[in-house]
Amino acid sequence: MNQLIHKYFGRSWMLAVYAFLYLPIVTLVIYSFNDSKLVTVWSHASFRWYYALMEDSDLIAAVWLSLKIAFLSALMAVFFGTFVAFALNRYKRFYGRTLLSSMASMPLVMPEVIVGLALLLMLVSVQHWLGFPQRGLFTILLGHALLGTAYAAVVVSSRLREMDGRLDEAAMDLGAKPFQVFTLVTLPLLIPALVSAFLLTFTLSFDDVVLSAFLSGPGYNTMPMVIFSRARLGLNPTINAVATVTILVVTFAVIASSFYTSHAERKRKREVALAYSDANQ
Amino acid sequence: MAKSIKKESVFWRGRSIVIGVPYLWFILLAAIPLLIVLKISMSTMEMASVSNMIDWSNGWPKLTLNFASYQFIGTDPLYLRTYLSSIKYALITTVICLAIGYPFAYFMARAPKHMQPTLLMLIMLPFWTSFLLRIYAWKTLLVDNGIINNMLMSIGVISEPMPMMNTPFSLVIGMVYSYLPFMILPLYANLSKLDVRFLEAAADLGTSPLKTFWLITVPLSKAGIIAGSMLVFIPAIGEYVIPELLGGPNTLMIGRVLWDEFFSNNDWPMASAVAVVMMLLILLPMAILNKYQSDQAEAKA
Repeated sequence: MNQLIHKYFGRSWMLAVYAFLYLPIVTLVIYSFNDSKLVTVWSHASFRWYYALMEDSDLIAAVWLSLKIAFLSALMAVFFGTFVAFALNRYKRFYGRTLLSSMASMPLVMPEVIVGLALLLMLVSVQHWLGFPQRGLFTILLGHALLGTAYAAVVVSSRLREMDGRLDEAAMDLGAKPFQVFTLVTLPLLIPALVSAFLLTFTLSFDDVVLSAFLSGPGYNTMPMVIFSRARLGLNPTINAVATVTILVVTFAVIASSFYTSHAERKRKREVALAYSDANQ
Repeated sequence: MAKSIKKESVFWRGRSIVIGVPYLWFILLAAIPLLIVLKISMSTMEMASVSNMIDWSNGWPKLTLNFASYQFIGTDPLYLRTYLSSIKYALITTVICLAIGYPFAYFMARAPKHMQPTLLMLIMLPFWTSFLLRIYAWKTLLVDNGIINNMLMSIGVISEPMPMMNTPFSLVIGMVYSYLPFMILPLYANLSKLDVRFLEAAADLGTSPLKTFWLITVPLSKAGIIAGSMLVFIPAIGEYVIPELLGGPNTLMIGRVLWDEFFSNNDWPMASAVAVVMMLLILLPMAILNKYQSDQAEAKA
């Protein structure tokens, strides 16, 4: 009896939490097909706001800018994040290691308003001395890359920690130079982690509104900035349409990438097992 | 001999690049910007630009530190009230997330093993879809002529719209909604590793399930509780977007004050001083978290 209550209580609790998490998303999608100009009053189904979306040149330009920034900043973040992860995992003592690790976690714990303010004040002083950079794509890119580096470092670090150090040692014993060890042994093993770090930092950049608002200049509006400024004014049916498109793309990407990572993980385990069984023969 | 020296130098060069590149990156984009914030917080606004802290006009440097902004924060009750109310909302959010998230993580850790990855992905999925759009979605649900009010009125539960939007209620709902996954994930990681033999032993010795839960499960999951609470509390303090979209003008949050000082008042020293005080506020829970984690590591060693 007790077990039964336990079981059903547990299930209904979980169901309620999932409902809470998905209710806003589901209503957003449903009401994007609402013909009425009033977002919350259902009249009848139509694609009206999707047509409006296709003609919304401000929003389309903003989507392109966001995609560009997200792609480039994710590349930068994975590049620098991998360096951070290697520095902190491979070299256990060097002068200023604590400083590096706390600087690397700064963007994770500081509120975005502080990170945005700090970066902007720095860029303003640099511009004061050197005459560049102008606020725009490049400055937003720097901000997103900084935030992304911190997240990418966490993802790559956790992979590096659980990696078998003996493989590197074996390669070095067989005469590989450090750089060869990296490109031929470590990097291929890291690829799944690099892919998930890229996806995570891409999403963070594509979603960010606070850093972009601080760092952008006139004429450079990212998609979240446009959505934010419209949402501030009130409800707007085109936002529902954008949301539905975004949600579809993201859901598809998340499911695809989780298939990819589980597949890559299985493949890696199989290869490692194979290598060990070869070695034991 | 010569070869080994060469190998050493390759090693050292590799090492200095691997350490130097991220060092330079973070010095330029994290350390220096924060120092500039500190510097500007101690200067004043002069003719639409910030005053120089170091004055060379007499031929030698003369350092002027100006604490006017801090003095203002200390004396104007609005700032104190805003800091306190940020802490209050962050605390309420953390407690509600814990109350919802703990049972959830507990039941998820006890769900059939083959279902757990899917259950976990379902928690992560909303987290990947735009945060901003999900907050906007709550706005469509909560406004006076919003979806919840319309539904309740059409089935006759209420005759007039309930005011939910632009209240502390809508703010807290938005924050709980956004930060719940941050609470659930560390709790689940912790609870799924819990050794069930402890629970079985307690049951064998005749302890009631509720007592077992309070005396064994909760203390053993303390690390998860602390990690989850900090992951919710720390970002909640400085939140800007949620109070701006859902909180209305009357819910005071410090992130919005910083934003307004900077964008509306153009008062950079004031915005910087607000930021510095906010950083101090965040460093305290951070220090608690760090100390707890290092104590745990020591206890394990």
